[in-house]
Amino acid sequence: MRILEGKKLTKFFGGLAAVSEVDFDVDHGEIVGLIGPNGAGKTTLFNLISGAIIPDSGALEFKGQKLTGLKAHLVCRAGVARTFQSVRVFPNMTALGNVSLGGVFGKGMSSAAAAAAAEELLDFVGLAGAASTRAGDLTLAHQKRLEVARALATRPEVMLLDEVIAGLNLTEAGEVMDLITRIRDRGITILMIEHVMKAIMSICNRIIVLHHGEKIAEGSPAEITSNETVIKIYLGK
Amino acid sequence: MNRFSPYSFGLAVLVVILLALLPLYGSPYTVILVTSIIMYAALTVSWVMFSGPTGNVSLAPAAFMGMGIYTAASLGKFLPLPLVIVVGAAASLLLALLVGALTLRLKGLYFSIFTFGLVLLLRQLVLWYEVTFTHTRGRFVVVIDNTTIFYVMLAIFVVLLVTAYLLRRSKYGAALEAIGEDEEAAAHAGVNVTAIKTIIFGVSALFMGATGAIMATKWTYIDPYIAFDPFFSFMPVLMAVFGGMATFVGPIIGAAVFGLLEELLLTQFPFYYMLMFGIILVVAITYLPNGLTGLVMKWKKGGRTANHANP
Repeated sequence: MRILEGKKLTKFFGGLAAVSEVDFDVDHGEIVGLIGPNGAGKTTLFNLISGAIIPDSGALEFKGQKLTGLKAHLVCRAGVARTFQSVRVFPNMTALGNVSLGGVFGKGMSSAAAAAAAEELLDFVGLAGAASTRAGDLTLAHQKRLEVARALATRPEVMLLDEVIAGLNLTEAGEVMDLITRIRDRGITILMIEHVMKAIMSICNRIIVLHHGEKIAEGSPAEITSNETVIKIYLGK
Repeated sequence: MNRFSPYSFGLAVLVVILLALLPLYGSPYTVILVTSIIMYAALTVSWVMFSGPTGNVSLAPAAFMGMGIYTAASLGKFLPLPLVIVVGAAASLLLALLVGALTLRLKGLYFSIFTFGLVLLLRQLVLWYEVTFTHTRGRFVVVIDNTTIFYVMLAIFVVLLVTAYLLRRSKYGAALEAIGEDEEAAAHAGVNVTAIKTIIFGVSALFMGATGAIMATKWTYIDPYIAFDPFFSFMPVLMAVFGGMATFVGPIIGAAVFGLLEELLLTQFPFYYMLMFGIILVVAITYLPNGLTGLVMKWKKGGRTANHANP
């Protein structure tokens, strides 16, 4: 079942097409990877989907309903949550406060229900002991998980993960990969940007490759690793 | 976001009762002085309600207060006092919602400059209106006795405190705090950033308008320069910084100390008043980055660690 679809999405910054006529679709229950060199337009595509910016042309559909032009908070409430490339937790609030906020505003829960759900989610992402810690005092690895928990608190059906693994050491990366599959097992569809190829290849069902704002390839990890255009771009031939 | 302990709640009630009985034991001079301190405290608490959590320094208090002042001056003859205050508050609220919806997207310095511009714009607008249409400048305000002014000001302040406290503890308070820390992240967590900022900006303006409406009756004569005096935009900022914004009582203490200090310097050293005021301010900001309450908290903490060090 198709859950998220983009048709000919285009966004110009000045005269430059950051994203140019990109078509993509994501099926329910998939983990889809989004890769490409720096400046390929991956994060811009995430910003378009999540309502941070509005496409110049093209359309977005979520469960068959129009998502294009909705503001960020409405996209979130509709069921598409995101994390950020550079971690953006609320540093002076507690970890629990960060996550509760997602439940209260993203899902419309009462404060008490959201706090209880937040406890459970902190446990789920492996931060059970950190509930009352100030978010800014957590390590980078833990802040990334906290961001994931905050996104989960909005009870999304689709999650956009922007480089959640990059910058982590091997053990931490392995734990986060495990976390991503556990999120998928909760019935949440995942679209993720990642530079760590090993991670992408091992957990994604499908991979989309962007280059200079255009989609240049799409397929299973095996197809992508043997795709000549992709190899050319990544190896710089 | 700390809850008030029963102890602090009791203390707050006691202070309010003592204040309420002030006209019975205090001199008329004391009543007037305390009224003006409560006015400062009300402006400061209203200001902190929005600008504290968001970090967006609004310089609009004088505009909102001026709306209240002019409402009182224009309608004081026709309407009973409570209604004048309600209309003054509502006028401020409307202005804030209108301005807020248009400008709360502005960040940092741009927001501050715009809000300050609003004060000057309104002042010129009212002046132009008076000169062009009524061919007067300024007007007299229906005079009310000082005790009534005191009680009304105190009542507005108590309602404001309860509102500010409940807001701070509510989900909207949490959302405003999140907006202050990272606006975009808050939006992506489902917070309707524009709506929450606009509404809380409006509520804070409402109390500034009410304050202006009652205080106008104390000044007998007002004109646009008195009503829209930028002084009332800067005072709340200074008092909040002076008192410290980390705690709920910080801004109130800041306003009280500042108000007393102003009166003391003004009466004792009328010629050096501004100079001394300035020096105290510079020293306070340099050495007390977290304000008076920050200093108290540091002492408390220091005391505790010292206890640990001596088993």
